[in-house]
Amino acid sequence: MAIDTQRRDVGAAIRAALKPRPQPKPAGTVSAVLTFGWRALLKIKHMPEQLFDVVVTPIMFTVLFTYLFGGALAGSTDAYLQYLLPGILVQSVVFTSVYSGLTLNTDISKGIYDRFRSMPVWSLSPVLGTMAGDVVRYTVSSLIVFAIGFLMGYEAATGILGIVAVILLLDLFAAGLSFIFTTLALLVRTPSTVMTLGWMVLMPLTFASNVFVDPATMPAWLQTVVAWNPVALLVTAARGLLDGTGSAALVAGSLVAPLVVTAVFGPVTMALYRRER
Amino acid sequence: MIAGASTPAVETVGLRKTFGAKHAVDGIDLSIRRGSIFGLLGPNGAGKTTTVRLLATLLKPTAGTARVLGHDVAREPEAVRRRVSLTGQFASVDEDLTGRENLVLIARLLGHGGRDARARADELLAAFDLDDAAAKQVRTYSGGMRRRLDIAASLVTTPDLLFLDEPTTGLDPRSRNQVWEIVRLLVDNGTTVLLTTQYLEEADQLAERIAVIDHGRVIAEGTSATLKASVGTGVLHVRLADPADREAARALLAAELGGPIHLDADPAALTATVPDPARAAAAIAATGAAGIRVTDFSLGQPSLDEVFFALTGHPAEPSPDDESAAATAAGRS
Ligand SMILES: Nc1ncnc2c1ncn2[C@@H]1O[C@H](COP(=O)(O)OP(=O)(O)OP(=O)(O)O)[C@@H](O)[C@H]1O
Ligand SMILES: [Mg+2]
Repeated sequence: MAIDTQRRDVGAAIRAALKPRPQPKPAGTVSAVLTFGWRALLKIKHMPEQLFDVVVTPIMFTVLFTYLFGGALAGSTDAYLQYLLPGILVQSVVFTSVYSGLTLNTDISKGIYDRFRSMPVWSLSPVLGTMAGDVVRYTVSSLIVFAIGFLMGYEAATGILGIVAVILLLDLFAAGLSFIFTTLALLVRTPSTVMTLGWMVLMPLTFASNVFVDPATMPAWLQTVVAWNPVALLVTAARGLLDGTGSAALVAGSLVAPLVVTAVFGPVTMALYRRER
Repeated sequence: MIAGASTPAVETVGLRKTFGAKHAVDGIDLSIRRGSIFGLLGPNGAGKTTTVRLLATLLKPTAGTARVLGHDVAREPEAVRRRVSLTGQFASVDEDLTGRENLVLIARLLGHGGRDARARADELLAAFDLDDAAAKQVRTYSGGMRRRLDIAASLVTTPDLLFLDEPTTGLDPRSRNQVWEIVRLLVDNGTTVLLTTQYLEEADQLAERIAVIDHGRVIAEGTSATLKASVGTGVLHVRLADPADREAARALLAAELGGPIHLDADPAALTATVPDPARAAAAIAATGAAGIRVTDFSLGQPSLDEVFFALTGHPAEPSPDDESAAATAAGRS
């Protein structure tokens, strides 16, 4: 009978697939982290809309602010775009870093966490791999904003070198910052809570800064806030790298905050990920 | 050598896991023969998943010991993880990725090189009848496809011991049969399978030995035959044309079958434990002869509820905290 033959064939195929064979040694630490990084890239491939979600607001800001307020704020729309674009770049990448938290949150609330944990690979490789893959996400965010900027007439005085340097700086900053969101992600129940909390942290950081306007016109207390705001420090460093007024000191200053965040929230993330659940 | 093939696949002594005040696993002793299928049968909240997670090294025992393939789960978790696979109760695959990408991911983590990993993924996809859906995201899969992928992911390198936590809950009969077929083939191949289920039928179909657990304790353990000997080989469900005949039918069936008769919630229905199918046929004939009209009857395997009733004298009940919560809620209203 046809059905019986078919069944026997399926049985044979499964049996063949299960035949004992030499088994390789499980992936080492680096290789496991890279494999999880590859998984993060696949997620970008399957859900590119996530990237656009995060850059669409900054892009709207770029267009709106440049054409609406550019003349008033900087004398001409061209001059304002030159001022604004590095700030928007920072805003986009910083918002993208919330997504590292999202993947982790989804993982721990699903059975896949148990599968990864029951496999013979380093228990933290899913966390570090996700974060490594997300560096690509940050880079793509930067490239999208640059592309829009160039279309609108933005020019980087330092050319390709400046652009590459800024992208690397933003990657470092966002990777460090994302430990805040991975920590959040391991504490709250749903991905949407991660998003909401993430935006609550980031909104004030990006607005009470020099992203949109020169703080010289702000009240004194706000100027103090801006002077200490890590996002503002990053914007200053990024502007410097793009218009040629940058310095190693500015870059180093902008990296203090992500280093502190990594030192504090990195271990917290690891401990939270490893705890029994 | 401690890990020699003569040791049981799983051996636990007084295994316990407490979450706060909740004794999820409350002193379980198990011994599972290598190469066998072992069924862990229990209702919601019995402690099945917790037991599996303890044995798969995802939880640390609060007390007691567990040795898996000769290795202590608390002291040698790495050695255990190298040789077991877990297919969890809730899909343990990545919904965002395709079926193929999921398997390649697992293969790479287990140390297969790129080309090797892809070949292995394709081999498993074909064997598990998933080749058509290989390039689709798992979120588009049916329940049965997801389960098969999940099991395939556990077999990328053939494990010595496979944990299957409620592998067929929520599947239609066809998908369930496919999963059973896979489990049988796996065991032919020498793998030991620890399977949890809420269905006696499933445990009966597959498992060599069954432990019934409730409130974190083993309340019965043995072969399917011994278990059924204590429960009855089957259950006769009878539905009457006229509910007024129920008392008469009960008396008649009790006399014919010699066991306890349940009166169901349905006023026209009865359920009887049957020691021997031949006597069930005689009992039905007798009701007809006595002028009691039967609209339908069926002889089935005892359900988990009936097993519980036979073993404990009371139905499977919600866990104590659910009960006390219900009681306080009732008291307040
Ligand atoms: N991480 C945890 N924290 C607190 N309580 C838990 C935890 N995991 C399980 N429990 C409790 O332990 C008991 C046993 O749960 P378990 O998940 O092992 O049951 P189960 O037999 O798998 O049930 P089901 O058939 O519903 O899957 C339940 O009362 C559950 O609420
Ligand atoms: Mg369970």
